[in-house]
Amino acid sequence: MDEGGRQQPLYMRVIAHGGLVLFSAVFCVPFLWLVSRSLMANEQIMREPRALMDLVPQPVRLENYPDALAFKGFHFTTYLGNTLLICGLTVLGTVLSCSLVAYGLSRIHWRGRNALFFILLGTMMLPGQVTMIPIFVVFAKLGLVDSYVPLVLPTFLGNAFFVFLLRQFFIGIPRDLTDAARLDGCGELAIWWRVIVPLSKPALATVGLFSFMGAWNDYLGPLIYLSDQRKFTLSLGLASFSSQYGQEPGLLMAATTVMTVPIIVLFFFTQRTFIQGVTLTGLKG
Amino acid sequence: MTRTERRRLIQGLSFCLPTIIGLLGLMAYPMVASLYYSLCNYTVLRPPRFLGGDNYAHLMHDELFWRSLYNTAVFAVWAVPLGILVAFLLALLLNVKVKGMAFYRTIFFIPSIVPLVASSVLWIWLLNPQVGGINFLLDRVGADRALGAFASAAPGLADKLGLAGGKLPGWLADPAWAKAGIIIWSVWGVGGSIVIFLAGLQSVPAELYEAAEVDGASAWHRVRHITIPFMSPYLFFTLLMGLIGAFQFFTPAYVMTNGSGGPVDSTTFYSLYLFNTAFADFKMGYACAMAWILFAIIVVGTIVVFRTSARYVYYGGEAEG
Repeated sequence: MDEGGRQQPLYMRVIAHGGLVLFSAVFCVPFLWLVSRSLMANEQIMREPRALMDLVPQPVRLENYPDALAFKGFHFTTYLGNTLLICGLTVLGTVLSCSLVAYGLSRIHWRGRNALFFILLGTMMLPGQVTMIPIFVVFAKLGLVDSYVPLVLPTFLGNAFFVFLLRQFFIGIPRDLTDAARLDGCGELAIWWRVIVPLSKPALATVGLFSFMGAWNDYLGPLIYLSDQRKFTLSLGLASFSSQYGQEPGLLMAATTVMTVPIIVLFFFTQRTFIQGVTLTGLKG
Repeated sequence: MTRTERRRLIQGLSFCLPTIIGLLGLMAYPMVASLYYSLCNYTVLRPPRFLGGDNYAHLMHDELFWRSLYNTAVFAVWAVPLGILVAFLLALLLNVKVKGMAFYRTIFFIPSIVPLVASSVLWIWLLNPQVGGINFLLDRVGADRALGAFASAAPGLADKLGLAGGKLPGWLADPAWAKAGIIIWSVWGVGGSIVIFLAGLQSVPAELYEAAEVDGASAWHRVRHITIPFMSPYLFFTLLMGLIGAFQFFTPAYVMTNGSGGPVDSTTFYSLYLFNTAFADFKMGYACAMAWILFAIIVVGTIVVFRTSARYVYYGGEAEG
């Protein structure tokens, strides 16, 4: 990392390397298992492995992938479309609402601003289980169960944690920039859009990425609200595949791989944002 | 209020409108409603019928409620410290700055971003006692022979632990091992903590290590007396978040057991029981009472952890005065 830093003594580096190799091998086992099973015939998966060679697919069954995506109990393309729709709306809702609210809490001075901010922070203590049931009852009464409204609408109403994150970021933007824009006759909305948003791209990217991951991963929300199989998300679809078709482990592992790979690819493209985001969310949360 | 003040108030409120609606509609109203439902018999189909404190009284005699608290406590007591230990150890190793550090960090981090349902489905098969990867691995490193020796030396104990005759753990198929299986899964996903610890380790002043080395302190002493005190706020934060997370632990337990919390309720964790009460049995009032007890546990737990933290958490900045 720091080039000028001193070298660690040799024995330390040997121990560290040894430990890292050992642990990373252990951490990799589940992935190797997943990929190798996803290429196996069911008969081989259900046979007890006795030697290391039993872990290699014999024969390699690439058909597991097209078969899984065309499997009657797993409408992959439908689930993928549904998931992407929810993810897209979630990212839009979260980034839009949280950045507007964070602007109102950091760049405009108004009475009650701090009170609102502390109330918002306070709500982070409340476990979702407390509000989950009455919110469900309201959506049920409005006839919105089995639609995406209960999953997407709340994301347009600000998320306490992301608001907090963006507020901290916005505070760090020099006041001169917004004051100059005000003198030029810009309204607050124009300042938010033309000055703050362009300067906050890294923070907004973190919020967008994490809300995308949250929506892609979410299981509890879809489990509560969705019952029509055609409306399932990938999470819900994969879990129901797993519980109903235990006799098709090869296809199941292929489907699991297909659901995981996009996230890993996303990670490699956004590594910086990811690591910064985890550090930020972990350190300041 | 001057005109400027009023204009700013209106502007501020308009920008914050989304969160004001959210706080009222998704927080304030649901909290009041939840508190009211918790005092009612409510099945959604018929209007709530007021009971008073009956739900709470009933919970005190509900065996499954206590069972779920016990399961959650066992999970928290094992998974949280074990996760911190592994993450801290790996962060220390990564911090030695060997070649390929970014590569190793990526490998440790990726499990934590695998979609929860995908990793749960994968682990159902890894933990399969006959054809799964974990028992195959244990078999390869000779654990079967060690367990065989153990079973013949202490047959009574082995029987109690579900290892009679030296067989390997049954994991999700055995009530004695199901929680252990889920705990192992959770340790696999400690990547986020590793990244946080690694960031923390960068903040430890290098001069202190150099000074300690000059004074002849061993590597262990340097970790014990420099690294750990400096890292204590990070360790504390991870501990607190881990404990809160354990009480809300849901998805993997639900997916790995098809929502049953089996075998024999050994994985009925608190939030799983709450979910099933609300959405399988439609006992909404009872579930709301459980949710408020969960909130109370989290608040009391947080206060206790914070109070005791003063003794072992060291905040560099404050001590300098």
